[in-house]
Amino acid sequence: MIQFIQNLIDAVALGSIYALVALGVGLLFGILRLINFAHGDYITIGAYALIVPSADVTARLLIGDWPWPVLIPTICLIVVIAALLTDAAVFRPLRRATSPTLMIASFAVSYIIQNGVLMAYGSRPKSVDLWSGANSQVFIGDLRVPMLQLITLAVTLVLMVAVTLFLRRTSYGIQMRAAAEDFRMAQYLGVRGNVVIGIAFALSGILAGVVSLLYTTQSGSLSHVMGVPLALFAFVAVVVGGMGSLVGAVVGGFVIGITVTMLQAYLPPDLRAFRDAFAFAFVILVLLVRPAGIIPSRSTFERV
Amino acid sequence: MTTLLEVDRISVRYGNLVALRDVSLTVAEGEVVCIIGPNGAGKSTTLAAIAGGVTPFSGDIRLQGESILGRQPEQIARLGLSLVPEGRHVFGTLTVEENLKIGGFVQGDRSTARADLDRMFTLFPRLAERRTMPAGRLSGGEQQMLVVARAVMTRPRLLLVDEPSLGLAPRIVDQIYEMLLDLRQRANLTLLINEQSSNRILKHADRIYVLRGARIQLEGTAAELQDGEAIRSAYFGFEDGATAKAEIPA
Ligand SMILES: Nc1ncnc2c1ncn2[C@@H]1O[C@H](COP(=O)(O)OP(=O)(O)O)[C@@H](O)[C@H]1O
Ligand SMILES: [Mg+2]
Repeated sequence: MIQFIQNLIDAVALGSIYALVALGVGLLFGILRLINFAHGDYITIGAYALIVPSADVTARLLIGDWPWPVLIPTICLIVVIAALLTDAAVFRPLRRATSPTLMIASFAVSYIIQNGVLMAYGSRPKSVDLWSGANSQVFIGDLRVPMLQLITLAVTLVLMVAVTLFLRRTSYGIQMRAAAEDFRMAQYLGVRGNVVIGIAFALSGILAGVVSLLYTTQSGSLSHVMGVPLALFAFVAVVVGGMGSLVGAVVGGFVIGITVTMLQAYLPPDLRAFRDAFAFAFVILVLLVRPAGIIPSRSTFERV
Repeated sequence: MTTLLEVDRISVRYGNLVALRDVSLTVAEGEVVCIIGPNGAGKSTTLAAIAGGVTPFSGDIRLQGESILGRQPEQIARLGLSLVPEGRHVFGTLTVEENLKIGGFVQGDRSTARADLDRMFTLFPRLAERRTMPAGRLSGGEQQMLVVARAVMTRPRLLLVDEPSLGLAPRIVDQIYEMLLDLRQRANLTLLINEQSSNRILKHADRIYVLRGARIQLEGTAAELQDGEAIRSAYFGFEDGATAKAEIPA
């Protein structure tokens, strides 16, 4: 039983990372109908910004050495700038393009970022030790819970509440929800389309920045393709959750994270190598039962 | 009377289809002007072109003498022109209050916007009762009321309304017109309204344009067109002298 709860905590922690990524992807999808595969590479940018650019195998910390209160906003700011730049350079000229065009453009952006990282930092994965306290554990009764997982859960919770409050309570939040539902009508009422889209990119950049820190601390390594599986799982989470619902994206993220971790823990050892195949089979099963996703919805921001 | 809006020989096409051909019209400060015409005549396209939703390939549109051609809808909205499109377009998942607030954000002054919001709720108690309800759950008439109130929240000088009576019971349509004319007094509005039918229009409009087949067929003051005969032949495209029994839909 204890073992199961232990696994469950692992699962929820991984799920919450996927949920944060899916939330970032979902925000942009809601307003632009863009599935942004470059979102994973925003995370890569945040992670690599921690270290000194060089092709050495052992990474020397750069921003990663700064105190946390400075480090976190700096990384977020860098990722936000990267996200806004991709909007200005690529997605803004494509405002009238269809969804598939936008998605293909996001693949291009993703590829360009990966190769940019490759040129500046070399192709070999690097190990980084961002926070040596990450492995310390907290005892709750008989449970040993890694500190990092508690932090991951707390951060996820805080960010979700923050995004919800932003969308519900602020003027730009309300404008974003309106634009997500009927972009043209919002413009007819004076809502500035590019500003609202810019805010969506910035928000998704903040989320990606935070994920880059959590993920790097957890994995202890960097690679120029580290964001790819994250973006892929987030995409799956968005689809499973019900394309076009933020709550759905978050729920989908948790479902994927929990499924993957539980498969890792309980599949017979011979089959563990095929973990992701089982995970995707599960996804297909979910979609067969509920083709519109777990939480189908007309508007992305419905009941956030 | 000073001219507020001048539409100067605009033409619009969707792919190969020419939806407007050399359409000209003017609206003076304080007027109520109506465009009537059958389905597919180009009425919605005219209003969309004025509001920046579609761009004409020739001609010009001037608001208070200044060309607004090619500007984004949001810029035009901020110049004091507000469009209530056909088919209501409430933000269904936003509450009634949030829908109205969207209109208020444009003017930038929070305290004015709050005062306007209170004023709308006083004017429309039915919306006040439903202020926290998702707008998608309102009845058709209430939604039409909401989108007009929402447009007025932007404090426009010129309000464009596309077929406010579409799909509503006659009694509700009367209320909507009462509301439009009341708001016109209170908020110093100039109105440009599209309709398919002429009976209400003849009562309320100062001037009327008849649009059919992408062209303006007839224009005149409501007094000149009062008997409805000229309107009917322009609307249906009868040759001179032909008197068909066709009726403009009520
Ligand atoms: N978005 C569009 N794409 C292609 N054709 C359109 C579009 N909107 C309207 N049309 C066509 O343009 C013509 C005028 O339409 P519209 O302005 O909606 O007329 P009305 O409002 O008078 O019914 C019609 O033939 C209609 O089919
Ligand atoms: Mg129409």
